[in-house]
Amino acid sequence: MRVFAVAFVLLGLACFDGRASAHAFLNRAVPPVGGSVSTPPKELRLFFSEGIELRFSGVTLATADGKAVATAAAQLDPGDNHQLVLPLPALAPGNYKVTWHVVSVDTHRTEGDFTFTVRP
Amino acid sequence: MTFVAFRSRGAGALAAVLGALPACLVSALPALAHGFAGDRFFPATLLTDDPFVADEMSLPTVTRNPSGPDGSQQTDIGVDLAKRITPDLGITLSDHWTYLQPKGAPAVTGFGAFGAELDYQLFIDGPHEAMGLVGLHSTFAHTGRVQALGAPDFTTLSPVLDLGKGFGDLPNSVDWLRPFAITSNFSFDFPTKTESAGVPNPNVFNYGFAFEYSLEYLQHHVQDVGLSAPFDRMIPLVEASFSTPVNRGLSGTTVGTVQPGVIWAGQHIQLGAEAILPATHDTGRGFGGIVQLHLYLDDLFPNSVGRPLFQY
Repeated sequence: MRVFAVAFVLLGLACFDGRASAHAFLNRAVPPVGGSVSTPPKELRLFFSEGIELRFSGVTLATADGKAVATAAAQLDPGDNHQLVLPLPALAPGNYKVTWHVVSVDTHRTEGDFTFTVRP
Repeated sequence: MTFVAFRSRGAGALAAVLGALPACLVSALPALAHGFAGDRFFPATLLTDDPFVADEMSLPTVTRNPSGPDGSQQTDIGVDLAKRITPDLGITLSDHWTYLQPKGAPAVTGFGAFGAELDYQLFIDGPHEAMGLVGLHSTFAHTGRVQALGAPDFTTLSPVLDLGKGFGDLPNSVDWLRPFAITSNFSFDFPTKTESAGVPNPNVFNYGFAFEYSLEYLQHHVQDVGLSAPFDRMIPLVEASFSTPVNRGLSGTTVGTVQPGVIWAGQHIQLGAEAILPATHDTGRGFGGIVQLHLYLDDLFPNSVGRPLFQY
């Protein structure tokens, strides 16, 4: 009974919690994680597993030697709060590092980074 | 007041407190995520301890052990409940029910010893994907079937150190190694009785490791290799755990297991399965298996039991 009883009581009480949500994992990106593109992209689009709270989230871009690339602020896709979009300036060929942090609608924070390449 | 009565009352009181969380304790600020250090997600492993405090529950964990040295066969069904008191302080309660089939004798069933652990999150280093935890574990006397199942008639206190390190900070020239991670745990048992019914109760040094290769990390932080669900959330791993008595005539009789398997980490739950292989002659014969359903309470119930009792 013991801990089993405590566990079932907690689960029963938690049924009144409301809608469940979760930590936002990055599902995919365009340009893709670790990928390379022949044409400089006009935007960076990140697809997450959960809806995102924009005011606590952000994306930055840097060159291979760590120099920040000036961009406009990231925005949510108007039709899908799972997508974070970063408008990009014209990118020269080279390697770039994307660093992101997001807070999902259940207030949990996750972060990550990846690289992509613009081919000559 | 016997300890059994105390524990029953304590469990009831814990449930009452958790069910009466006032709304003022719910913070609008971003909450720290379970098992995350920077980019690295550490899953809740099946055999070894986790290096983080959390709001999580394993229900159930079903273990079919390899045959014992005496030819007996044992199956356990367990539950573990981890609850954060503050963002850095947590408590874990654990219990299990056992089916024991001795060789040539009738089967015996009943509860094993009840366990509790108080843990403190020492550090989380995001850029280096590292975390550490210290704690004090206790298994309690006379909380299981002593005569029939060999549950202890003594309490054991065990200081604990758990560590985790992801290798995402390796240089890009070794990208394929970056999804690797390792967790480790070390503890030392201090039984409150030196012997029980003439059998010595030694001090025991326990140590364990989990070697993980995260396909989730590979797909979402290193390179999109085209993995789709469910493979993009899988973490193949090998766990190993050993116990070595250090005194009272039992020094050197190490027992332990090596457990290869896989964990699938979803949005709200986690599934795990491992084979159990005896690592020493004294451990047993043949092989066994373990499967587990693990619930992320902070994702399932973020407004109630999935939050620390006290936020700062």
